[in-house]
Amino acid sequence: MYNKTLAELAEGLRNRQFSSRELTEAYLVRIKQHPELNAFITVTEDLALRQAAAADARLAQGDAGPLTGIPIAHKDIFCTDGVKTSCGSKMLDNFIAPYDATVVANLRQAGSVMLGKLNMDEFAMGSSNETSYYGPVKNPWDLSAVPGGSSGGSAAAVTARLAAGVTGTDTGGSIRQPASFCGITGLKPTYGRVSRYGMIAYASSLDQGGPMTRTAEDAAILLQAMAGFDGRDSTSAERPAPDYRAGLNQPLDSLKIGLPKEFFGEGLSSDVAAVIDAAIAEYRKLGAEIVEVSMPNLKLAIPAYYVIAPAECSANLSRFDGVRFGYRCASPADLCDLYTRSRGEAFGREVKRRILMGTYALSAGYYDAYYIKAQKIRRLISEDFKKALAEVDVLMGPVAPSVAFGIGEKIGNPIEMYLSDIYTIAVNLAGLPALSIPAGLASGKPVGLQIIGDYFAEDRLLAVAHRYQQATHWHQLTPPGFQ
Amino acid sequence: MSLTADEVTKIAHLARLGIDAQDVPHYAEDLSGMLDLMAAMGAVDTGDVQPMAHPLDLQQRLRADAVTEPNEREKFQAIAPQVEAGLYLVPKVIE
Repeated sequence: MYNKTLAELAEGLRNRQFSSRELTEAYLVRIKQHPELNAFITVTEDLALRQAAAADARLAQGDAGPLTGIPIAHKDIFCTDGVKTSCGSKMLDNFIAPYDATVVANLRQAGSVMLGKLNMDEFAMGSSNETSYYGPVKNPWDLSAVPGGSSGGSAAAVTARLAAGVTGTDTGGSIRQPASFCGITGLKPTYGRVSRYGMIAYASSLDQGGPMTRTAEDAAILLQAMAGFDGRDSTSAERPAPDYRAGLNQPLDSLKIGLPKEFFGEGLSSDVAAVIDAAIAEYRKLGAEIVEVSMPNLKLAIPAYYVIAPAECSANLSRFDGVRFGYRCASPADLCDLYTRSRGEAFGREVKRRILMGTYALSAGYYDAYYIKAQKIRRLISEDFKKALAEVDVLMGPVAPSVAFGIGEKIGNPIEMYLSDIYTIAVNLAGLPALSIPAGLASGKPVGLQIIGDYFAEDRLLAVAHRYQQATHWHQLTPPGFQ
Repeated sequence: MSLTADEVTKIAHLARLGIDAQDVPHYAEDLSGMLDLMAAMGAVDTGDVQPMAHPLDLQQRLRADAVTEPNEREKFQAIAPQVEAGLYLVPKVIE
């Protein structure tokens, strides 16, 4: 059962080939069979079985939506009412969320069943899932390799067939890079497309939730339930979401694809480049026109991001003070000691590094030199994208410079880890939508093709991805041992 | 550009972030590496460029001044480290 796509499972449920209870139990068994992946922080078995029973009742009445009875799981950054929401941190190890994130509520109302909460880098800060308080997640393609991050548990769960589809979040590549490393489809929507309400904030002007699934069609189905205006998110886009599934088969005549030459230069490993070249050749065969474009400011994306994201994180994470919720140190001497020790004992090294960086960049005397400068660079990068997307429909390139690296390989060198986000980060600075789809294997590990589109053109991106998945089989590959 | 151990200690205090003394040199090294990375921004002339705080040119929305959220005090207090008589407890601030 679990080898079917989400779309096929929904069809099977509607035709009563199997019940939501049977399907949910099958996934729960599978989750228990694969503790070695460490993909889940919390499994909500009782809740899942209750929701499955309710879904079966609706299915019996013929009152089913596209997600009724479909077992999914959430990145542990989304608040889930009454269920532990840790954000991968010791700080929130004891935190039972008092409300649902809008994404969680929307997906529940669409009828989905929640299997549990997925492992992630602490507060979504990381590119390898190694900064999680709950330990690293393993890549199902190679248990000695990272699954990518920060949505590493999400990517591993879809790859290993532990859920029909999952949620993730992407601040600098955290949906696309793990999707690439694990060989699944991951979409980061336009900033403002999916509500941030109840999604624990890392860098508020960059954070965006999105679906991670086997196929573009599945991503369209999940995104449909996730997207839309939400008055509780002050930066939610006030425009209705189109019918993404209906848009999958939109005509792509005279599709013009831009290849930013900066995505193909020094630093890109040759085996990844070969896979990307082959994917682009496939699009050419499908009738697309391919042109080269240039984005000269792209090389500044990493420096700008590592000012802006830490600055926003240092402000957002100041709410974790040991007073109203979360971790509190033992016997604080005074209020300052309570703040300082609670935070010092409960945050991990990467989170501390970014809080320090952000505090420094925002401090008197450095604000203009770092923070304002980075915001100006952000404008230049955004304009590079606007110029390129005025000439072409979509941009394509690699998601990451290499395939999944080894656990422990880069965690000791933060700068090297940051540099691996070179192809994803600029998209967040501009706020554009982008996705990663499986495009082949290099040294036995998956390689993702990144497709970047114009603002709110998720339907077009999904159609472009869907066309490729109609013509190729890469999205159907399953790691050995997980068939 | 590099940061000294004293500077790191000062930043950590501004952030109310406890750091073990033995880790200070590591953070100084890491942050200095990040600042080196950022030096590339200095080479770009950004004189007339408008800083971009946000990806979409959004206006702040207004809404009616009406109560929209229910009172969830008991739920919130249930997850607090220390409460008494409906209040959040912290160490004594005023002698």
